[in-house]
Amino acid sequence: MSIAFYLIAALTVSGGLAAVLLKNTVHCALALTVAFAGLALFFLQLDAQFAGFAQILVYIGAVAILVVFAILLTRGSETPKGGVFSRNWLAGLAIAAGVFAVLGWAVLHSGSFLPHETAVPAVTVLQIGNALMGRYVLPLEIVALLLTAAMIGAVIVALHEKEGAK
Amino acid sequence: MTPLSGYLIVAALLFSIGLAGALTRRNAILVLIGIELMLNAANLNLIAFWRYGPHPEALTGMMFAIFSIAVAAAEAAVGLGLVISIHRHAHTTDLDQMNKMKG
Repeated sequence: MSIAFYLIAALTVSGGLAAVLLKNTVHCALALTVAFAGLALFFLQLDAQFAGFAQILVYIGAVAILVVFAILLTRGSETPKGGVFSRNWLAGLAIAAGVFAVLGWAVLHSGSFLPHETAVPAVTVLQIGNALMGRYVLPLEIVALLLTAAMIGAVIVALHEKEGAK
Repeated sequence: MTPLSGYLIVAALLFSIGLAGALTRRNAILVLIGIELMLNAANLNLIAFWRYGPHPEALTGMMFAIFSIAVAAAEAAVGLGLVISIHRHAHTTDLDQMNKMKG
């Protein structure tokens, strides 16, 4: 466990906490960007450069922008009168704490069963491209179809206006 | 503590934070943010297992994470489109007020 791991972990977890705890929705979206950046740094630290840069491009570049647009289009940045948390927030918090307790217990008690290879994998983009075009070409095509369908579906859902609504 | 279990603990913490956000926030967009955090925590698990697993040259964990990122992007686009559509219809994004199945 290096110093860099703890620094990135602190950045990511504080970003995630701020994203769900802050009152102003726009601030939440910005904190979410910090959490995504921390995760990209984790990927880079784990020698998964391609996944790290894909994370930066897709999440920070596209999803965060999309979230900010949605917040501004729905005027969601105004704090509601009844508070930002749901009525039954205590039950939600208890469920999340229980899930974390179970996961943490499982991880800490399986230490000797976890794989631990120290060799750094030397993976080039050429290998990733070959794998995507060879062994994983069918999933790639399915994802392409899914992205096209999702894009068309999102536009149709967001465009739909009732007759005489405006 | 091995490096892998450190990453798994961080991923579990992020997953729980996302779950808490998805379960307790009232704004629909914040619920989506919580779901994105949970998906990202799962991706961190995949990459960590790929890095410390026995056959990293097979690229399975990395490919899984890349496809998961693509599917999560599609999910975010459709989810936010639905939120905008619901806001136009009901003039609110507060989930506690959306208690009607029919208009």
